[in-house]
Amino acid sequence: MLGVITWLALLFTDISVRFSIRNNVSPDSPVWLPGFILSLYILSLFYYYKLKIDRDEQLNLVDLLWRVFATGLVATVISLVLRLLEYILGTTKLTTNVFYLETNYLINLGLMIAFLIASFTAWKRLILYQKSKWLIRLWTFFEYTLLISLLYNSFSLPFVESLYNIILGGIIVLALILSGNMKWVAYLNFRQKWTSLLLLLLTLFYLFYGLYSIYTQVNVISGEATNIVDHRLHIFFVATMTFVTIYSIFSFLVILFNLPTSSVFEQKLEEVVNFQRISQSIQTEQSEESVYKILLETSVSTVFADAAWLEIHETGHTQKLFTYKITEKEAHDIIDHLKNKQVKGILDQGSDKTKNLSKLLSSLRGLRFRSILAFPIYVKGENIGNLALLKELPEGFNKEMTKIVSTFANQAGISIENFRLMEEAIQSERYKEELKIAKMVQKSLLPDVLEKDLDFEIAAFSESADEVGGDYYDTLRISETEVALIIADVSGKGTTAAFHMSQMKGIFHSLAQNCIEPNVFMQRANQALIYCLERGSFISAIFFLIDTKEKKVRYARAGHCPVLFYRSAETKAEFFEDKGIALGMVRNKSYSNFIQSYSFEYKSGDVMLLYTDGITEAANEKGEQFGYDRLAEVLKKNHADDPKFIQEDLVSKLYEFSGGDNINDDYTTMIVKFK
Amino acid sequence: MIQIKRMQENGVDVLAPVGEIDASSSIELDLAIAKSVGDGFTKILIDCSALEYISSAGLGVFMSYIEEFKEKNIKMVLFGMSEKVANTFQILGLNELLNIVKNKEEAKKIAG
Repeated sequence: MLGVITWLALLFTDISVRFSIRNNVSPDSPVWLPGFILSLYILSLFYYYKLKIDRDEQLNLVDLLWRVFATGLVATVISLVLRLLEYILGTTKLTTNVFYLETNYLINLGLMIAFLIASFTAWKRLILYQKSKWLIRLWTFFEYTLLISLLYNSFSLPFVESLYNIILGGIIVLALILSGNMKWVAYLNFRQKWTSLLLLLLTLFYLFYGLYSIYTQVNVISGEATNIVDHRLHIFFVATMTFVTIYSIFSFLVILFNLPTSSVFEQKLEEVVNFQRISQSIQTEQSEESVYKILLETSVSTVFADAAWLEIHETGHTQKLFTYKITEKEAHDIIDHLKNKQVKGILDQGSDKTKNLSKLLSSLRGLRFRSILAFPIYVKGENIGNLALLKELPEGFNKEMTKIVSTFANQAGISIENFRLMEEAIQSERYKEELKIAKMVQKSLLPDVLEKDLDFEIAAFSESADEVGGDYYDTLRISETEVALIIADVSGKGTTAAFHMSQMKGIFHSLAQNCIEPNVFMQRANQALIYCLERGSFISAIFFLIDTKEKKVRYARAGHCPVLFYRSAETKAEFFEDKGIALGMVRNKSYSNFIQSYSFEYKSGDVMLLYTDGITEAANEKGEQFGYDRLAEVLKKNHADDPKFIQEDLVSKLYEFSGGDNINDDYTTMIVKFK
Repeated sequence: MIQIKRMQENGVDVLAPVGEIDASSSIELDLAIAKSVGDGFTKILIDCSALEYISSAGLGVFMSYIEEFKEKNIKMVLFGMSEKVANTFQILGLNELLNIVKNKEEAKKIAG
């Protein structure tokens, strides 16, 4: 906007000067005014482009060139249209009118300057593409010199030819030095280079055209009128023009000569990108498989292989093959062939061996490949697989490629190692979480309150090891005189055990209510469990019915640890070794043949101790088990106390025996003291 | 840890687990028996004389084959158990479902 205003001001002053001269009237504006306004115009344009081009972060290199080209195009088109207009009108009075010529000239000049400043700003960005302190200083100096030259012109200081030449010469030297900075060219890819060449060529054309048109116009005007304000020799104009032209020509030549090598640079860049992809794949990819695929892809594209395969040894003797443009059969043929020829060091690292491999390859008939490059992939020092790249050309791999692919293979190994570590961490975390849930479920399945009666008192205790088992006990009042009891141990650990335990609880609560005989209870429980217990799983249990009216206990033992019973009358503790096999062991109706009910009568002072095998099998450091005898001892010693005390004493004896707090199985006990 | 020795005597496959069978090593026992069945043996003897301990998971392995063997008419006989190990079988009632005898001679006799 400011540019347009100053340009109009320039037009006005120039014309007024011309007008006054023509009318032989001394001009009412000072002679230096046009020069000053021209400088203002230049400065405003300069800031406009600084804002528009210099500060625009999104512009890439080709975009910059495109901007310059576009400005040039607009300037040239407008200039051509004016010329066309002139041609159509022919030599009328208007076209020879000095005012018209002057206006025309100024339009051209304005456009030319705009084009020059735009190029100048764009070139600045290109030169400073890779900055150094020294370069920035030089550039700043260059800009200030141009500013001084601008000031010099603005105030129509007396024209001194030698000074003019010195300044111009200095600026040209600076421009030449700065033009040596062509680093940006290297960052263009092949296509961008071609585009840039075209754009630069056109830019140069506009420059020369602009210069030509201004030159001719000035000549025409000077023919018409004397004392023209000739901006041509304006030192800033000349300097900028020179700089822009030099840099354009340099760029054009550098790009042109860079064309043949650009593919190498592109390849290097791609290698870096590929390398990054492999390193990052661990964070983004969900499986080892994708790491393998990326390794294969990147290696192939980096060394321009015609085919490739990645052989991964999996657990056991199976092998997984990822292939690229080669059938699995072909790959296996080559692997087998090489194995047959060279048993030791097959597909091993080292260029010598690789050379040998390629030689061996030629002995395989009917094969299209003539060179092979192979690398092992190591994870934690273990060879997990091999990467093989194939080419149809003989000696198709150079040392650089070997190095790069070896780096890829190493990086892929690290990625997979990281991946596995992460997987393990997640797995163990998941497992811990599962255990926590299982423990919680187990705890919640055990009753908070046990049945009480005038005839007996019950105390129970259950402690599970880190690996949750499935110990279960419960009580249920059936009627005023009958109470059902159960103790059970589910085989297996973890969530499945907790799950079966909850099934057992359901079975107990639904079947026990009906006050059925203990052996019938077991038969029905077995029938129900057949469908949910997996192969090899079973539940041992004892089911009791305490009849306080008859003072009698009826029970059935399904493979559970025998009942320990203390008869106070005989001061003797004995194990009831009755028949009965665990639930889930016989998976048909014949189970009824293997289970039966037993019964005993109780008297006041008798104690019944129920437990799971975690207690009798608790081992000390020597490997001795707590066993039945020690259990009987504890009961004999404490039979007179209340059940809570017996239980506490048993637990403390158990910990004392096994030594320390860590237990390796679930301890569960239920003690019934009859009154 | 467990090691399972395997040898054949006149068409009879004898498996001898050495050490302790717990939840993790029970898998090996399972594999060993499955392999014996897969090899086509119809007489399988389990020598338990070097078996120090067996957990419920280990018992579950023997249990899981009972029905399959009945259907296929495969005879499996266990022998040479220590008292402690025998007690474990007994408590669960597996002694009623499995053929458990004192020594190899008796075992061979039962296997036929």
